[in-house]
Parts: sequence; structure tokens; C-alpha cells
Amino acid sequence: MSLFLDPYGSSFYDFLAGRGPQPLPQAPQIGSQPAASGAPGLSGLPAVPHGTTVLAVRFQDGVLMAGDRQATEGFQVAGRRIDKVFKADEHSAVAIAGAAGPALELARLFQIELEHYEKLEGDMLSCEGKANKLAQMVRGNLPMAFQGLVVIPLFAGYDLKRREGRIFKYDVTGGRYEETEYHATGSGGKDARDTMKQLYRRGLPEAKVLRIALEALYNAAEEDVGTGGPDLVRGIYPTVKVITEKGVRDLEESKVAETCNALISERREKV
Amino acid sequence: MALPYYVSPEQMMADKAEYAKKGIAKGRSIVAMECADGVLLVADNPSASLHKISEMYDRIAFSGAGKYNEFEMLRKAGIRHADLKGYTYSREDVTARSLANAYSQSIGSIFSVEPKPLEVELLVVEVGQGDKPNEIYRISYDGSIIDEKGVAAIGGKAEALLTFLKARWTAPTFSLREALRLSLEALDTVTNQKLGSEGLEVAVLDRTRTGRTFRRIGSAEIKTLLA
Repeated sequence: MSLFLDPYGSSFYDFLAGRGPQPLPQAPQIGSQPAASGAPGLSGLPAVPHGTTVLAVRFQDGVLMAGDRQATEGFQVAGRRIDKVFKADEHSAVAIAGAAGPALELARLFQIELEHYEKLEGDMLSCEGKANKLAQMVRGNLPMAFQGLVVIPLFAGYDLKRREGRIFKYDVTGGRYEETEYHATGSGGKDARDTMKQLYRRGLPEAKVLRIALEALYNAAEEDVGTGGPDLVRGIYPTVKVITEKGVRDLEESKVAETCNALISERREKV
Repeated sequence: MALPYYVSPEQMMADKAEYAKKGIAKGRSIVAMECADGVLLVADNPSASLHKISEMYDRIAFSGAGKYNEFEMLRKAGIRHADLKGYTYSREDVTARSLANAYSQSIGSIFSVEPKPLEVELLVVEVGQGDKPNEIYRISYDGSIIDEKGVAAIGGKAEALLTFLKARWTAPTFSLREALRLSLEALDTVTNQKLGSEGLEVAVLDRTRTGRTFRRIGSAEIKTLLA
């Protein structure tokens, strides 16, 4: 018998998984059903999550995170005002791509996980610790991924020890990879990455990096049907969060709108 | 096998109660007090890292006196209970009353069933939202639960503290500064010593905050408040 009797430690996720009735999503065993008709890649594993672009870019004070607002259901728009970027705790945020239901659940569970740890331990998890825990949670979703319900988060945090912003990307198997400059994921992720590759410079100020992020999202929306562009009629603009030493902050919608409108009028002149 | 001696239930309970009281009497005390901006918790605690006061949920705080390992176990169980309830239903469905009830049930059944009772006293405090009143529950070693108004105290000198405070605390219009001064005065008088800002653990459930209202007040801020 273990000397440390507490079977759950400080993790809410493990606590949920260890006690019944199971609030964690349970998937049938792998191979018991054919993979859902998403976009099955090799051996039935769906290749990319659909219908989203979320991105994170480092800048001089930390990380900026942004995401489009559209939810897609096959060839239909399921939602125009969905938020895909969430504050995880005081110094980190998580953006989600993939099947909306499990993805939103993952984000919510991750928020509770961090708060739970902080309350039990009386101390916040390190930035690296948060990224690793999220990797375990993504891995836990692997059986569901085989059913077509892929969830790929993007994690950005401010590392208070290193005093810098950090970005982590994930794969379906819970693989965790750190990015030193920027990353975008989702169906429009490649277009967003291409844009950022052209425009990104080290140590930019917030306003510049906001412009890059919005331009990347705009290009992604142009090329990818699953990504929504700024909706000028309804006044819906991308969600933008800024993670710095001072904490996580929602960027004011007016500022995002202003930058978006400037970008659009510049494009108009080019056409 | 020899038959166990017969012990009457009255005798058994009286022995257990005496044992638990003795254990708690050795421990230091904690005061909870309603003030204008929320509820203040002040503990006589020389350690800066081993806490007696802790955040439980958005508007709920926990405090334990007595045996550290026992109230720490209860604290963890409470946080799990609260987080699970908030996850299953909604954040607003987590209440101090339900937590206090859960504690009362568990501590009460341990008191009557287990050979050794828990040597703890707990406070579960909730700050009201908007114009709703605050709630302060005191749970004893035998699972009995008391709904306190205005001020509450647990630990070795609980009764003396309560008498001292009840005579001076008038209405929840005290500022944070006044509430802290009164709490410190009570602790100083009852324990016959001079507790500095280093010997105190102070936290507040701040009514004016949204989301997580629990805030620790560090020794630097205590000094400014007492100055």
C-alpha cells in the first residue's frame, strides 16, 4: 500500500476519472465502430480538426491569442458568436480547435483543474506543469478522437519564473511541442501560419502583433470555409486575449474592430 | 477470546468528547468577523506557509483549528466536494450551507463510529452576493453545527474570544481596518501575548470582487492596516 494514501493527488481530472459515476466522456473501445465520417486520415485517425482558426503569437510583453468566432456543422454555419479562446487562470489561456462539444468541455475542465490545484496546494502550477497536464487531458481524449471527435488545444501562458510568454501546441495523441514564435491550429491554421511567417518579427509591441494576428485570421477566413471572417453587419470580431506578467486581459472589442476595419479598407484599395 | 467490557454509550461519548476537547484546547485560535466589504478571517498562526485559512470556492472560505493533518484532510475533501458540485451543476449552486452539512455529517459519523474522534473545529464562511447576508457556520468535533452571526471563533480559546468579541462587535459596518484591529485585540487579550503582523494569517472574502472573492492579506498589508 502506498504511503501517500490520497489516490487523487491535487488533480481534479484524476479525481473525476477515479470516482464514479463517470462525468468524463466515455468512448467505446477503439475499433469497435468505424471512424465517424469526418476526414479520416491513416488508419482511421482523423487528420485535422475542422472549422476553426485559433492562433498564438509571442510579443515583447508575453503572448497574444486570437480565434475566429464561427462554428461549422458540415456545410452549415452552426454559430457566429462562439468563443474559442478561454482564460485558463491568471497567467494562461487555452484556445480550442476540433469537435465543439468535447473541445468546450476540455477547456472548462482545464480551467477547473488549474483552480483546483491552486486551492489544494496553495500554489499555482508552473507554466510547464500546466502545459503537461493539458497534454495528459488531450491524451485522455484519444479514444474519442478515433471516433472522429478530435480535440486539439493551443496553450499559451506567461512563465513567471522565466519572465516570458510561452506557446505549446498539441497533437491528437497528447504530444506536446513548444513553439518559440507563433502557432496556429484548426482547419485554417496553415493559412494563418503562412501569414504570420511573412509578418512575424521578434519583440514586437502589442499593437503590431494584434495587426499580424488579425491579418492571419482574415487570410485564413478567406481561404478556409470553416473559418469565419469579421462580420461587419452584426459587428462580430475575433476574440483576442493578451497574456502578460500582469495577467490575462481581453482586448477591447473597439480596438479589435478598429484594427480589422483598417485592414479591410487597405485590402479594398488593393483590389 | 475475552469478551470486551461493557461501556455505556453515555460514558463512551463523554470520554470521546473530553479527548477531542483536550486536543482542540492545545491548538491556536481563529476569528471570523463580518465587515462592510465582506468577511474577515484572522488566525493566530506563526507559520507563513502552513495555512489555517483557505479558499474553498468563489465566495466560500474554510478555516480549521486543532490537529493539522485532520483539518487539512477535511479541507481537501471540501474543495473536491465544491469543485465537483460546481462542475456538475453550476458555480452558483455551490453553497456554504451544503458544505457545512457535508462536514457535519462526516465529522458526526466519525465521532460516533470511530474509536478516535477528530480533534478539529471548523469554520465555513460564505460572503453574500449583492445585498444577501453572509453566512458563518461553525462545526464542532462531534458534528454539531452552529449558524453564527457577526462574529465566530474556533480553537483553544474560542469561548473567551467569543465573549470578548460579542461585547464589542456591533454591526457589520466595520471597515476592514477596524475589523482587523478588533480581531487582533481579541487574540492579544485572550492569549496574553503581543501578536505582530508576522504571527498572523489574515484573509478576506471580498464582497466587492467578482468571481473568486478570496484574498490573502500579506504581512506588509497587515502592517499598513494596523499602522
